[in-house]
Amino acid sequence: MTSLPKPLPAPDPATSEYWAGAKQGELRLPKCRDCGKFHFYPRTLCPHCGSVNLEWKNCSGRGVVYSYTVVHRAPSPAFEADVPYVVAVIALEEGPHLMSSIINVPADRVRVGENVRVTFRSAGSGDEMLPMFELA
Amino acid sequence: MNGIRAAIVGIGESQVGKVPGRSALQLQSDAALAALADAGLKIGDVDGLFTTPVRVEHWNMPAGVVAGFFGIRPNYLSTVDLAGASGCSMIDQAIAAVESGRCEVALCVAGQNLLSNRSRSQAVQSMAERGSGHPQFEVPYGPLVPSLYALIAQRHMYEYGTKPEQLAEVAVTIRTHAGLNPNAHKKDPITVGDVLSSRMITSPLHVLDCAIVSDGAAAAVVTRADRARDLRKSPVYLLGSGYGLRHGYVGDAECLTTSGAVDSGRTAFSKSGLGPKDIDVAEIYDCFTITVIVELEDLGFCPKGEGGRFVENGNIGLGGQLPVTTHGGLLSGGHPGLGGGFFHVLEAVRQLRGEAGGRQVPKVEVALAHGNGGVVSVHCTLILGNSDK
Repeated sequence: MTSLPKPLPAPDPATSEYWAGAKQGELRLPKCRDCGKFHFYPRTLCPHCGSVNLEWKNCSGRGVVYSYTVVHRAPSPAFEADVPYVVAVIALEEGPHLMSSIINVPADRVRVGENVRVTFRSAGSGDEMLPMFELA
Repeated sequence: MNGIRAAIVGIGESQVGKVPGRSALQLQSDAALAALADAGLKIGDVDGLFTTPVRVEHWNMPAGVVAGFFGIRPNYLSTVDLAGASGCSMIDQAIAAVESGRCEVALCVAGQNLLSNRSRSQAVQSMAERGSGHPQFEVPYGPLVPSLYALIAQRHMYEYGTKPEQLAEVAVTIRTHAGLNPNAHKKDPITVGDVLSSRMITSPLHVLDCAIVSDGAAAAVVTRADRARDLRKSPVYLLGSGYGLRHGYVGDAECLTTSGAVDSGRTAFSKSGLGPKDIDVAEIYDCFTITVIVELEDLGFCPKGEGGRFVENGNIGLGGQLPVTTHGGLLSGGHPGLGGGFFHVLEAVRQLRGEAGGRQVPKVEVALAHGNGGVVSVHCTLILGNSDK
């Protein structure tokens, strides 16, 4: 049998809390205790004000489609069975943008500005879970 | 300031396109020797070396590998890695190195056998997995490199009503320019209809909205202006340069439709004392059609959101209001990886010298070259002139 593993996220000490949250079905982002802003991707300092006084907070999981693309040509054989699929940038209710997929909807139904909510899917192999979104 | 002024005195390129049987260093050698011959200098005159990393093989410290290959004993050397902005930045850094007295004759060279080294599918996969996407937070969702630019195009269409036909106009105009460049990779004319009916890769980008993959290398020589006056070709001066960056990865960019080109352009224009209306020809980075539209806006050639209309009706073609990327760019001229954006600088020099042949823009005195690295992430703008003010 030929297995075609997808590229998996490899958590590091700065990001492991994000991936631990995903395994528990929670979208967990760093928030700055000084300026009060969330940020993404997770860093060890706030990119808005430079503070290292951060905490992890669970997000609502709600957002809107900021932009999207329907991928028709897979980047590698591992994604060929998924074509066409939607890669999107989601503007989260808490402020940050993040890249994800929109699932459980025909690719041609997705539009900029639609409301979405988070859901979690296996990253393909291993036990990591990937935050994805569906139309709300 | 010690009063030293530097200038670009030589340019050269290897054969560009499908060039089987030549390694990255052979292609770089072809380009470097052509640039030195153009200047009337020899490899033994070179005491400064600037290059970029390559993808086709592993070079520990690329500047050391390339300098060693040529037998250069450098007084100064540096590997520049600002992805697609590397070409513009190499020239900026070489000029700074000569003007600060670190070296006297700087060779800038980049390029590789990106097409012939491996299959196109391998190249696509490698760029998707080890290219511009964040390895943890983007790559697992399966974007192609073109998908990351498609996100920008889609948002631009949403905010400003930009149309696929307008994106296609960019590809058509730049292909026309490539047809007038004997060393361009793709020369056959295309129409807007051809672009729109070409294979959809990642909406709204078709295959003809995307850069090609090529073999090739480009080189330029920079030296002191007082020395330049005795060399073969008339010198080209850097009148102003600037850098900009507003995000590292595109996924978490606060805004997808305005880029750090606003900042790099503002700085370069301010240093040169010039403005967009003074530019006779603009060699703008064109990894995708949308890139050109966003950069035309951000550099101030038209208001934000008007880029789609600006490129219509041949306005960025020869004879238009602002001829753009007159050598054929990355969309058609050639794209051998990080060296791709360096060809834009070479074309600016050619236009300033009046050596651009059938694609020469009349009476060029000031040219702009702009490079973009990552996903409209890092930007470097150069304003070049054929007179030292």
